[in-house]
This record gives sequence, C-alpha cells and structure tokens, in this order.
Amino acid sequence: MPNTKTKLTKPEEAKVEAKAKSARGSRLMQGNEAVALGALDAGVNFFAGYPITPSTEIAEILSYELPKRGGVFIQMEDELASICSIIGASLAGAKSLTATSGPGFSLMQEGIGYAKITETPCVVVNVQRVGPSTGMPTSPAQGDIMQAKWGSHGDSPAIVLYPDSVRESYELTIRAVNLAEKYRTCVILLLDEVIGHMREAVTLPDIANIRIINRIKPTVPPHWYKHYDENQKYLSPLASFGEGYRYNVTGLTHDALGFPTNKPNEAQEMMDRLRKKISYNIRDLVQIESREMEDAKVAIFAAGITARAAKAAVSTARAEGIPVGLLRPLTIWPFPDEAVRKMLHNVETVIVPEMNQGQLLHEIQRLTKAKDDSDLVPIQKTDGTLITPGEILRVIREVH
Amino acid sequence: MASIPQKVIHEYLRHDKKFPHVWCAGCSNGIVLGSIIRAVAELQLDRDDIVMVSGIGCSSRMPVYVDFNTLHTLHGRALAFATGVKMFKPHMKVIVVTGDGDCTAIGGNHLIHAARRNIDLTVILINNNIYGMTGGQVSPTTPHSAYATTAPYGNIEPDFNLCNLAIGAGASFVARTTAFHTQEMQNYIKDAINHPGFALLEVVSACPVIYGRLNKKGTPADMMKAMRDNSVPLTAVEKLPPEKTEGKIIRGILKKEIRPEYTAEYAKLCQLAKGEKDE
Repeated sequence: MPNTKTKLTKPEEAKVEAKAKSARGSRLMQGNEAVALGALDAGVNFFAGYPITPSTEIAEILSYELPKRGGVFIQMEDELASICSIIGASLAGAKSLTATSGPGFSLMQEGIGYAKITETPCVVVNVQRVGPSTGMPTSPAQGDIMQAKWGSHGDSPAIVLYPDSVRESYELTIRAVNLAEKYRTCVILLLDEVIGHMREAVTLPDIANIRIINRIKPTVPPHWYKHYDENQKYLSPLASFGEGYRYNVTGLTHDALGFPTNKPNEAQEMMDRLRKKISYNIRDLVQIESREMEDAKVAIFAAGITARAAKAAVSTARAEGIPVGLLRPLTIWPFPDEAVRKMLHNVETVIVPEMNQGQLLHEIQRLTKAKDDSDLVPIQKTDGTLITPGEILRVIREVH
Repeated sequence: MASIPQKVIHEYLRHDKKFPHVWCAGCSNGIVLGSIIRAVAELQLDRDDIVMVSGIGCSSRMPVYVDFNTLHTLHGRALAFATGVKMFKPHMKVIVVTGDGDCTAIGGNHLIHAARRNIDLTVILINNNIYGMTGGQVSPTTPHSAYATTAPYGNIEPDFNLCNLAIGAGASFVARTTAFHTQEMQNYIKDAINHPGFALLEVVSACPVIYGRLNKKGTPADMMKAMRDNSVPLTAVEKLPPEKTEGKIIRGILKKEIRPEYTAEYAKLCQLAKGEKDE
C-alpha cells in the first residue's frame, strides 16, 4: 500500500480541516461557489466586480447573498472601477473582495499596486484562463503566476495563495481575507478555471470553528495616529474613515503619516516596510503540502489542479515501487524557498508540470545552486487542456 | 447669508503638515479650495464625516492640504474609489475633486456611470482646459484651435461640454460657475453637497502659467477678467440675443431634479432580500 501521509505546515488551517463536522452538512459545490461562501464566512461585506468568464459565478452568488446580510454588492462599469471601489470601501472599514480572470486581472494591476503602497486590505480572486489577451475564456491555464507577483509596476511584494480543490478554495479564501487584514495588503487568490468550475463534495466547518482575523484598530488619540506606524513590527493599526482620525491616503510615495514625500530616507523607509512585512513573516505566510517526500528520489513540484493530477500519478507510481513524492505550494508568493532548497538537496530529479511556459520552473532554477542539486524535468502545456496523471506518470517512469 | 470670517480657512487646512502647496502662482485651485471650505463651514458639517477623494492632476492635489478624511487616488479613478466609500458608509459626505483630464478623459467611464446610478457624490470638476501637471497637453476640454504641447499646430478636436455630458449621463444636479465668481461658487457647492443624488459642479478655471502662456491669455488677472467678461448667468441667457451669448460660459444651475438615489435604493434592496417589509 502506498504511504499517503500528508503534511500541512500551518496548524490553524489543519484545525479547520479536523473540526469539519457535518453541522452544515456535506454539499456538492463548485470552486467558485466555495470562494463565495468562504468570503462570506470570512466576514467579507463588500464586493465589487465586473462579469468575466470563468469567475462570474462568484459575483452572481454574492449579488444574492450579500444584500441579505446587509453587505454591499455592486457591479461596476469595468475592472478598473471594481478594484478601486473595493479599496475605497476597505478604507471606510469594509472587508472587501473582487473576482476576475486574466483580462480583468491585467486591468486591475494599477489598483493592486495602489492597495499595496497604501497598505489597504483587500482580496482579488483571479480564476485563471488561457492567455495572453482574450485567449481561451473557458479553458484552464496557469499563466498568471508571475503576473500575480510582478503585474503592477514597481517593486511590490505579494501574498498569493493557490488552492488545489474546491474545499481548499473555501479555506484559502478565508485565509486570503485574514492575511489581507493582518498584513494590510492586497492578497491574491489564484484559482484554476477547472477548480472554479469543478464540483466536489464539501463539508463546511462550523462558523464557530473558523479563525477570523480582523485589522488592528488604533488605540491612540487621533493626533498621535500614524497611518503607517513602523513601531508595530510592520503590522500597523488601521483606522477607518469616519472614526475621527482624518488621515491622508495617497498612491504617491509617502511618509509615516501618509503625506507625499520626495525625501530619499522616507522613500526608502516606505519601500523597506512593504518588503519587510512580507519577508519578516515568511513562516506565517508560506504554506506547503509535502506528500511522500521522506524517502523520495523523484519529486514533483506542482500547484493547483496540476498538483491534483500529480497526486494521482504519485499514488500509481508508489504502487509500482517508485520512490516519488509531491511538494505543493498553497502559498505561491512568497515562494517556499526553504522547502524547495531542501527538496533540491534531497532528491535526484524534480519534475515540474505546469500549464504555462515555465513560470514555476524559473523559480526553482533560481534556487538551484549546488552542482549536485537535482535535475529539473519540465512538463509544460499551454493548449487549454489539463496535464493528465498519465502524462506525469510517463515522465516519472522515464526519469526513475 | 452668514458671513464666514477669513480665518475659518486656516482651521480646515493642514498648515502644519504639507505646505507650501504645489500650485503655481495665479492658479485657480486655491480659490476653489477656499470656496469648498467656506461652504463646508457654512453648512456646519462635521469634518469627521467628510471624505474628500481625488484622482491625479493639479486639482487632485487638493485633498492633501485639507483636514478631512482624504483619499488621493489613481488617475481617473476618483469616482470609483468614492463609490466604494459611499456605498459602505452612506451617511458620509463624499466630495470628489477632479479635473477635466482626470474626470472626462481617463475617468470618463466612471463619470457617466456614477451619474447614471445617481449615487450621492458631490463632484467639483475644475476645468482648466489643459493637462497642467504634465506640462500642458491637450485635454478633452481644450477649445478647438487652441494650442497645447501636444497640439503645436492648434487643436483639431472639438471639446466636451462637461455639463451637457453629465446631464446626458443622468446627473441629477449640474451647475457651472467660474473661479472668478467665488460667492456663486460657494453657494453652488452648498447646493451640490445638499443635493440628494449625483451632483456635479463645473468650475471654469485659469491656468495662467501653462494654458495662458501657450495661448497668449495674458496675466493671471487678465484671465480672471476674461472669466468675468466671457460668462453669462443662465437667468440672463433668455433675455439676450443669441449673438451675445455665442461662445460664452453659461453660469448657473443647469439641472436639478429629485430622482431615486443609489445608496437609498440599495438599502431598499437589502430590506427586500432580508424579507423585511417596506416602511
């Protein structure tokens, strides 16, 4: 029998999994529906969006659910307006989210940069489809991995999560909202088209068992309030408009109070804070699944739906006696450097299947230092079809 | 009408934070800011409940200087940010300060849709007929034949009539004045803030340093006089022969109607969704 030990690095999410009893029953649901329900359970009370395949179900469900709960749903005139209005709402105190796909995600990039520089919590769900441009709207691809990190101009460190199932879409939506609130930034949830539209049976956890993080509120009087307080370990409190703090928000490089500056030392401080609040909290942010890696000679590194195919391939190969394992990032940015370095050190070959032209492979190559590090074998597909377990299995057998 | 002493302005400015301002000598933006502050003071609004939102451009620098909740956003997107704020906190007074390029070129789509929704925002659109911050490029309101750094042979495009654009899109309060007519401007700003719906006030303004120089409009004072001499109040238009109003700036409240406001409609929708009965 193959060893099916699965290890999640973050105990809090594992807890959600463990406590998932049938209080709310088991339901067959789509990935997009799971995202919408995750958003509601995380406390999202503001959604603005624009119709785009394959993400539209998220907007449709929230247009029905949010008004019932006193939340706001608004269909904006385009994706530019969608991202901007969720940032405005967040500053007014909302937990806000939007959902889109490639072309809309491209349009949102300037706004995503604005949310990051102004350190305003919000979540963007990108249900990926084939690009570039209009591409294939109803077919899967994983081509936005780099865009999710580098899409907006300038250096802006990213938090990007990547589920591989409907159940995990629910969980990582909650985590995305939590991390946005905690780190005061725009968190991106990357979904594969197939996960967005695939139906799986999901048991939702009791609301009481879900860990919700809310932004820290200032405790100081308004004249002491700094909108970007460096003394708070890069995680500074956030007042909402209308609470008496009357601060300024600008997309210009700004000082700790939020006023525009051209002073090199203040500009450097701002850029350092944006970088450090991610890099100093890697352990909190990075989450990986490691499957059968203990004795593996061959490893597969894959994310999203491609990791699902890889799991099937690993099971079959293990049954054939091949020592193969899977390393899967649930957090794709920041990249799990430490786990990947360990993998490169421990196994002989790393297979990197992905539905793009080498975006994950490129990151792994960046971490390949020693001569005796593993060989890298890519499997790349950009024709709008999935990489199958059989295709991965064939490569496993070849390299073994 | 209550007279507001000059000092009131200083109470509303962040004079200890970010002055001097970036505007050129002779620019109308400071005059408009003065009128906004006087209007807010006369209305006795709680400044904690005011959000001033802007995009990018000379006029859009305004929020930085004034002691409200202030949001200086992306080029063209002020109305989208403002929609988010207003929808989540409908009791807040959201004032959008924007320019001709910001609001009607890059932000034109947001303008027509905010007007169509009739969401309760107050838009102060300062129209200086040019892109000032980037050094004098042609804008959607640069007059035909005028010069700009990107229209060195003269502008061949017709210009927008901003108020007609807003009325056509469904704005329920639309007015126009100039930076010369400060008392009128102050009154229209109060009317716009009090109006329950999408309100747009176009303030025709002077950019003597860039537009004025490129088009030989003389000194800042000359440009102020031109606003006085080349504008006609709406109440006088019907009495004057057409040749007297041709090419003039028509000042006045051009549109005022009460129709369903978006945040109020949304509140009703929530009641419906919750299964509550209409009051």
